[in-house]
Amino acid sequence: MSVGDSVPDRVSAVGSSDPAKIIGLLVFIYAVYLVAGSIAGINPVSNLTSLTRWIGLFAIAALALNLHWGYTGLFNIGVIGFMGVGVYVAAIVSKDPVAAGGGGAVGGATGGLGLPLPIGMLAGAVAAALFGLLVALPALRLRADYLAIVTIAVSEIFRLSVRNGNIASFDVGGLSVGFGGGDGLQLDWGSEVELLFDALLLGGVYDSLSATAERLIGSPVAVDRIGYALILLAFMIGYYALLRRIGNSPFGRVLKAIREDEEATNSLGKDTDRFKIIVFMIGCGLMGLVGVLWFMNAGGGGGSVNPTQFRPDTTFYIWVALIIGGAGSNTGSVMGGALFAAFLYRGPRFLQTVIDKLTETDLGSFARRTGFGEAMAPIAGSFDPIPLLLYAVTKIQSLQLLIMGLVIIYLMQNRPQGLLGHRKEQAAAISLSRPDRRSDGDRAVAADGGAEDE
Amino acid sequence: MGVADGYRTRAEGLVENPFNGLLVFIGLYLVADLILKLSGVDVVVNVPGMGATKIMGGVEPLDSFLSKVINGILRGLIIGLAGIGLSMTYSILGFANFAHGDFITVGAFMGVMTSYIVAGVVGAATYDIGTLALMKVEASQLGLAITGGPLAFAAIVLGLLIAGVGTVGVVLLVDRLAFEPIRDRSSVSLLITSIGVALVIRYLVNFIWGIEKFSANSPGDTWELAIRGSEPANGLQRGPSTWEFVITELTGSIRVNAHDFTLLIIAVSLMLGVHVLLQTSKLGKAMRAMADNKDLARVTGIPTDRVIRFTWVLGGSLTGVAGYTWVLWSGTFGWYDGWLFLLLVFAAVILGGIGSIYGAMAGGLIIGLARDLSIIFIPSAFAKAFAFALMIVVLVVKPSGLFAGRTTA
Amino acid sequence: MSDTDIDPPEEAVQANVPEDADVDYEKAETQDSAAEEAAKHVPQAIPLQVENLSKRFGGLTAVDGASFEVEQGTLTGLIGPNGAGKSTTFNCVTGVLEPTAGTVRFNGEDITGLAPHQIADRGLARTFQIARELGEMTVLENLMLAPTHQRGESLWRSVLPFTRGSVVEQEEEVLEDVWETLDFFDIDHLADEYAGNLSGGQRKLLELARVLLTDPDVLLLDEPFAGVNPSLEERLLEHLHELREQGYTFLIVEHDMDLIMDNCERVIVMHQGSVLTEGTPEDVKADERVLEAYLGGEVET
Ligand SMILES: Nc1ncnc2c1ncn2[C@@H]1O[C@H](COP(=O)(O)OP(=O)(O)OP(=O)(O)O)[C@@H](O)[C@H]1O
Ligand SMILES: [Mg+2]
Repeated sequence: MSVGDSVPDRVSAVGSSDPAKIIGLLVFIYAVYLVAGSIAGINPVSNLTSLTRWIGLFAIAALALNLHWGYTGLFNIGVIGFMGVGVYVAAIVSKDPVAAGGGGAVGGATGGLGLPLPIGMLAGAVAAALFGLLVALPALRLRADYLAIVTIAVSEIFRLSVRNGNIASFDVGGLSVGFGGGDGLQLDWGSEVELLFDALLLGGVYDSLSATAERLIGSPVAVDRIGYALILLAFMIGYYALLRRIGNSPFGRVLKAIREDEEATNSLGKDTDRFKIIVFMIGCGLMGLVGVLWFMNAGGGGGSVNPTQFRPDTTFYIWVALIIGGAGSNTGSVMGGALFAAFLYRGPRFLQTVIDKLTETDLGSFARRTGFGEAMAPIAGSFDPIPLLLYAVTKIQSLQLLIMGLVIIYLMQNRPQGLLGHRKEQAAAISLSRPDRRSDGDRAVAADGGAEDE
Repeated sequence: MGVADGYRTRAEGLVENPFNGLLVFIGLYLVADLILKLSGVDVVVNVPGMGATKIMGGVEPLDSFLSKVINGILRGLIIGLAGIGLSMTYSILGFANFAHGDFITVGAFMGVMTSYIVAGVVGAATYDIGTLALMKVEASQLGLAITGGPLAFAAIVLGLLIAGVGTVGVVLLVDRLAFEPIRDRSSVSLLITSIGVALVIRYLVNFIWGIEKFSANSPGDTWELAIRGSEPANGLQRGPSTWEFVITELTGSIRVNAHDFTLLIIAVSLMLGVHVLLQTSKLGKAMRAMADNKDLARVTGIPTDRVIRFTWVLGGSLTGVAGYTWVLWSGTFGWYDGWLFLLLVFAAVILGGIGSIYGAMAGGLIIGLARDLSIIFIPSAFAKAFAFALMIVVLVVKPSGLFAGRTTA
Repeated sequence: MSDTDIDPPEEAVQANVPEDADVDYEKAETQDSAAEEAAKHVPQAIPLQVENLSKRFGGLTAVDGASFEVEQGTLTGLIGPNGAGKSTTFNCVTGVLEPTAGTVRFNGEDITGLAPHQIADRGLARTFQIARELGEMTVLENLMLAPTHQRGESLWRSVLPFTRGSVVEQEEEVLEDVWETLDFFDIDHLADEYAGNLSGGQRKLLELARVLLTDPDVLLLDEPFAGVNPSLEERLLEHLHELREQGYTFLIVEHDMDLIMDNCERVIVMHQGSVLTEGTPEDVKADERVLEAYLGGEVET
């Protein structure tokens, strides 16, 4: 291979085409959903906003995880715990205040400190980062598999603790706040989208958007969903840009080196512990922010949190997304997040809706009537597979996790670099082609020797 | 691995000294506090500015304490039984198997299903086999208790057997399909794969049996050990044995039922069996060699594939049986329970030292006791969190575990 | 490589002041004349002193009370039969392992038990016997990593818009040095290859190139030429001599006795964890105990 011609081409080509690839994939996914949705007569706005919600969330979550695992080799399987710290702290900081003694733990009716939502989000991210520091200080020197066990244990400790009635509500400076215990917390922020637009001094945009939507669709809810989708897209772009910048820098280079061989990197004079602590905190902070966005009401998330939502399952969703895209690549993380959200996470449920509408079977009542036994009986008797298929459709939420498990096994066995292939991004702030200033004439000395020892 | 090892020694050296003193202090404090609580003594200190403040002591009735001890031991035995398999695969195959919790689930479901079918089909015959297989019946209606007559006894024994054998089958299949093709990959790849396996098993169980917990408890006779103090009226209520603790000011009783004893007998005899097997057979030696150095073991002619298979067989059967005894002991089991249980098993294995079978047993007991006894000092909702925290402390302070260096028996 | 691209370490001999993170790399351009001056001095300072170093692994004592010194501006050889404890000594000196006993002094400062990066920071760097290339990084990335205290290693400076410019600027400087090094080591055709795909010899080269780019004062090289083709080996040796004349110091573990005898001013012989003898190549050659050690017998000391 001749260095002179091929490298610059390659580097510039990659640089320009990465976002293009992401956009291409998104266009494809949206087209599939639009077509399938319109066949089944699903409202396109709710169809696409909900799709965007999951793509956005999984993309940013996978990006944050990529910083830990893909770049630095930090095996964090406690992602949901850091997300939880983020959203719980944001809730406590920016829920409406309730006077001490007035709230109580019932139904998550405790109040907060009443600070603006953006401050709450920031506080959530900072708290998650500090929680990350707490974990990092003792645990980052552990082997990868031990770190995995510690992080998942920490996320379980978090879940079991917030579930605990003893800290469901307590008084701080005359206000009743708390973690809500087993009932969880109401995230009664009002319209988060409006608050966030206002915070960005885009209140006017929100109002006009709102008016337009009211006129076109006739539903004010749609505005929040669209606005939320836009916010998520903005976060996606923000996370992507930030992480690319981190990755394409000397800092990112050290992270990669730590992933490859920490001891050798340390011997080259890099204070690897410092890098690992910083990067663990940043990643956890980003995860904390993901947590707030994930559970807020605006996107149709229900506007409440409940400890059972912080079981490790979500962590593994995010891992699958990252593995699909190929750990170590930011572009891959986004694409993996989008593919995962569209086809593994949201896809089966979407399919369920489509089948429900198309077949006009009342799946809900079928599910109530039919268990696995009833579904199998006709097969045993008269080889009628329809009840079993319908049962499978009603149980699609279990099946999709089963499929995710199969996907993990398949990828680890056959495509450990991810479905999208080996897409490592070069860790430098500049293109690494030979600088122009040195013409080939300077390098006559390099002409001999060569590859004899290969 | 060399990198990590080098690092660990450094980290251990750094953390050990300041930490150990603190840990010993906390331990001593807890013991002293427990003694005070058992004697019902409050230690009150007059703190300037805050008035009289209770710093230690309280009340912990002896019967409640002993119940916790018994619960902790029984829980610990299950953890230990399941932990042996996890520990062996961890050291011999070199990865943390996150599917291990779901192997427990497999054992519980297969075993109890067998018991249901045996008791239901042979016995009452009022239920069709499908209903029985899907466990849509209350166990009490089948009279499923170890003391419930010869049929029930046979059903439970057969259930135990199938719990072990069936789990071995599943585990071998999983190994063949999921792990064997990537045997030589990094421990992290295998770990991630095991997470995939865990999802597949768990949601397959969910798909078939649904999300309701099944119950299998009709424990039969309860023995009550009375603790008698100044009020002899609260004495022995029923059951064959009469053991009495006469302690002034304390009354109460501890209940132990037939299934608790069954668990105790099964767990202890299986652990003894494993001990004898690994000490006396060549297999034990081969496993130790493989855990030490896989490549070396291979070149010295140890049939590594066979050893790996034995590891799965031994570990899988113990784990399946552990799942069944869990059902006997607690009375219920659901598709998610094995997974939730996994971290406690990890805690035990790490505490005992990965690869050490006695470590797994001892670690199980320690974690079981820690989980149940922690309730004396902290709100019960934190009990499990406490066990996890204990595991983290061990990982940080002494990652090689308490029984380090005694790889596989 | 021309003599402009490696920074002469003349300051480090006299003063041990940690250099400012920012200027450290930049000074590379400016101090050639000082280097030539330093090269004229007769070497006499002792940058590296090892006293009574011991390292036990469980029951095995790999290094057993080894003491030696390495003089400024020399190529010193460290030889000994397999298992003599040479690599373990390197590991203890450079902080990769914590010694069981003994002290290591660098430029007069006790550095025993410091972390590897702290030791590397003071100007004592090393290569590994089995090359530690960063497999899933390209050769270019491997080399770009090496220069110490790059501005962009601060997260904020790499990320914030108004500081990114200076990071990019320095990246360009580093890149030029990296390409020069690539050319010199004859691995420029591998620039975009993943380091994990290199042959054994190429990995050793990469590692040597990388450690030179960290610009240390004293370099411990553990069998640096294993697998490197002879013509290149010769050129590298020539280069090491050049650097030595500028004031750099080398301690080289090597099994090729001729190479050691031909190139080193001083030779240290290790056997069973301790220093058997030490002296000029002639002295060492004349010492019968050295031969006995290599033949595997018990040696009286
Ligand atoms: N991490 C370790 N754990 C246990 N023993 C070790 C370790 N590292 C080295 N040893 C042992 O210490 C002794 C010295 O090894 P060392 O690698 O230092 O020798 P060496 O002189 O570099 O040999 P070679 O010329 O073969 O490289 C050997 O017996 C080796 O097996
Ligand atoms: Mg060596």
